[in-house]
Amino acid sequence: MGKLLVNDKDIVVPGEIIAEGMDFLPSTGTYRHKDNILADKVGLLSVDGKVLKTIALSGKYLPSRNDTVIGRVIDILMSGWRIDINSAYTAVLPLQEASFDYIQKGADLSKFFALDDYVVGKIIRVTSQNLVDFTMKGPGLRKLYGGRIISVSPTKVPRIIGKQGSMVSMIKDTTGCKITVGQNGLIWIEGEPEQEVITVNTIRKIEREAHKNGLTEEIKSYLDKNKIEIKNKEFKKETKEEKPKEERTKKEDDESQGEQ
Amino acid sequence: MAYNKRLDGRKFDETREIEAKAGVIKKADGSGYFRIGKTSAYAAVYGPKELFPKSMQDPKTGVLRCNYNMMPFSGAGERVRPGPSRRSKEISMVTKTALLPVVDLTDYPNAVVDVFIELPQTDAGSRCAGICAASIALADAGIRMKDVVTAVSCGIVDKQVVIDLDYAEEAYEGGDVADIPVAMIPSTEEITLLQMDGNISRENLKKALEMVKEPLKKIAEIQRKALKDKYK
Repeated sequence: MGKLLVNDKDIVVPGEIIAEGMDFLPSTGTYRHKDNILADKVGLLSVDGKVLKTIALSGKYLPSRNDTVIGRVIDILMSGWRIDINSAYTAVLPLQEASFDYIQKGADLSKFFALDDYVVGKIIRVTSQNLVDFTMKGPGLRKLYGGRIISVSPTKVPRIIGKQGSMVSMIKDTTGCKITVGQNGLIWIEGEPEQEVITVNTIRKIEREAHKNGLTEEIKSYLDKNKIEIKNKEFKKETKEEKPKEERTKKEDDESQGEQ
Repeated sequence: MAYNKRLDGRKFDETREIEAKAGVIKKADGSGYFRIGKTSAYAAVYGPKELFPKSMQDPKTGVLRCNYNMMPFSGAGERVRPGPSRRSKEISMVTKTALLPVVDLTDYPNAVVDVFIELPQTDAGSRCAGICAASIALADAGIRMKDVVTAVSCGIVDKQVVIDLDYAEEAYEGGDVADIPVAMIPSTEEITLLQMDGNISRENLKKALEMVKEPLKKIAEIQRKALKDKYK
């Protein structure tokens, strides 16, 4: 009879024996060696019936299809742009995916996206060799002006967004900042300078404590303690309109649900 | 004069005091610290990231690069000349081959993972400390690896089989000394590094390699604990 040696939601490390016997099945972050199932990544163990997998706690962003990410233009190509997406691989934004408008042949591409511009875009294709195609066509995809960009570990992004975007909208409501979270761990924040600082501190706190239980409550009390009044009503209004954009995190939401 | 008692009073199969930590270098993607006695090693992992020049890329899997470096002030009084040397290049290479059997970079074709090992203080056993620190750092970076690689030296001092020689023992003049750094994958007991400096008989080598298994497994537990303690 198989035996589970580690509790659900415990931290496992490479080489650690999670379960004995053939009653369990290895999934992502775990593998079978003879009769045992061992971890091959640092992560939180998640037991789903017979299936044992781990939720990663660290690691670089690996591009995957339909992810909304924040990128930086690093090169202008013959007919497109090369985008740094905070990953081991760069994305290519082809001309036809850049805009709904017609771009004339031979046009100066830097007029649309210049070097060092930051953009919110979506990954439309990833090949087996991790060549990445990028698009700017879609709701909410745009060039970023102003604000600030911070980088967090991509594995913490689901926690920062929260269930159905609950965590990020809580921060938005309290600080009045506009926030866009990219799946690649880059986060764009714009608001009153003092509020931006609070937002950054809150996100850093979430990042540090992402593996803990009851995080939403803790962040709520943290925000209550640190919040200051929003001076500019404009920001408040705009954030309300910006809200419904969180559907991209469905996959990750399912993962983080168990952690609550 | 037989070697009945170790110079620092340890038991023959006892390692020096060990300390391990994960996540000691904030800017790195993963990092580890490993100290055994007076030998301490820091390891920082960067990547997976793009690899240039392109000719070094491997379309089948990611590439692992290791760099071992002793700091100029790390030796016993003598200044270590900075920069790569024949010795440090060799150790970088054996560190890479010791780690490669556990590391799986097939998710990252054409990319590279860089491991930098720096030693601020050394008192023999530095490559083993480096390998231990590097496997903590790689695991901390979220890289897929089937186990942590663990390493310690064994050998003989005047016909006596011992574990984890320090510098005084390596320089012992009363008889033959052999220093054998060993790296092992604890879950499978496969050896990924085996080098030797000195002379040893076949019987003693077998005995030493048998004796080193227990301490290696203990070190693996310390490494795993260090990784878990980061999230406490």
